[in-house]
Amino acid sequence: MKSSLIILSFFATGLLLGIFRLLPETLFNEEISFYVLCCLMFTVGFSIGQQGNFVRQFRRLNPRIVFLPLFTIAGTWLGALAVGFFINGFSLFDCLAASSGFGYYSLSSILITRYKGVELGTIALLSNIVREIFTLLFAPLMVKYFGKLSPISSGGATTMDTTFPVIVQSAGKDYALVSIYHGFITDLSWTFPSLFW
Amino acid sequence: MFTVLGCMLAGMVVGFIFRKKHFKIIQSVLFVLIWLLLFLLGAEIGSNPAVIRQTGKLGFDALLIGTAGTLGSILGADLLWKWIKPDKSTHEK
Repeated sequence: MKSSLIILSFFATGLLLGIFRLLPETLFNEEISFYVLCCLMFTVGFSIGQQGNFVRQFRRLNPRIVFLPLFTIAGTWLGALAVGFFINGFSLFDCLAASSGFGYYSLSSILITRYKGVELGTIALLSNIVREIFTLLFAPLMVKYFGKLSPISSGGATTMDTTFPVIVQSAGKDYALVSIYHGFITDLSWTFPSLFW
Repeated sequence: MFTVLGCMLAGMVVGFIFRKKHFKIIQSVLFVLIWLLLFLLGAEIGSNPAVIRQTGKLGFDALLIGTAGTLGSILGADLLWKWIKPDKSTHEK
């Protein structure tokens, strides 16, 4: 919980500095965050490689875990459908599209903005940020009440980058590869539905 | 995205080569990078006036969709967890 609060405070600080234009413009290009992401992924890979016997580790898991991305996607859509009835101004399909970024805010919101308009694009962006922050903050609680797979589903497409360390911390190192596998699959699969809906 | 995965694979190889050595610093490096990434994300959103202006109007809808989607997927994971768990305990015995 403490580490989540630190993460949130960094996000909030960045947000405020961005709103009040207190940062040099060069910081805002996407390339910097891309490089940071690459460094992060290298480090993530490093910590997995250090464990050595990860193939055996993966085998020890129940094979049914391969279905996890399907459960994540189905659950997300059902949730979005359930609230879609109460949202004015947007169709059920719009709600499905907005939820289909599965936490991958940048790309999905850009695509939705282009094909469905700025308003829905913004909703997609914000709802996916909500999802990511939710995961960062509550991963330990999710493990406690809904099993070790729940923070992975909740993290959606971000489970191989930003939410990865939090997931490994709360669900255990055995689930590191599940988390990456899940992030990879949901990451690949969101493109289609977010345009299709 | 494949560049990103390439970075991870490179990390795995390097990590595997140095698996005999224990690096305690890795956990801290991970968290510092995440802080940095989230900070940059915040800055990116904050400096986008179109998003900030719309937050009040669209924020509630976004909160609703985001929360519902997340809860739905958590329940999905819970279902799968219950499905595999009995199997796992018999496996361990």
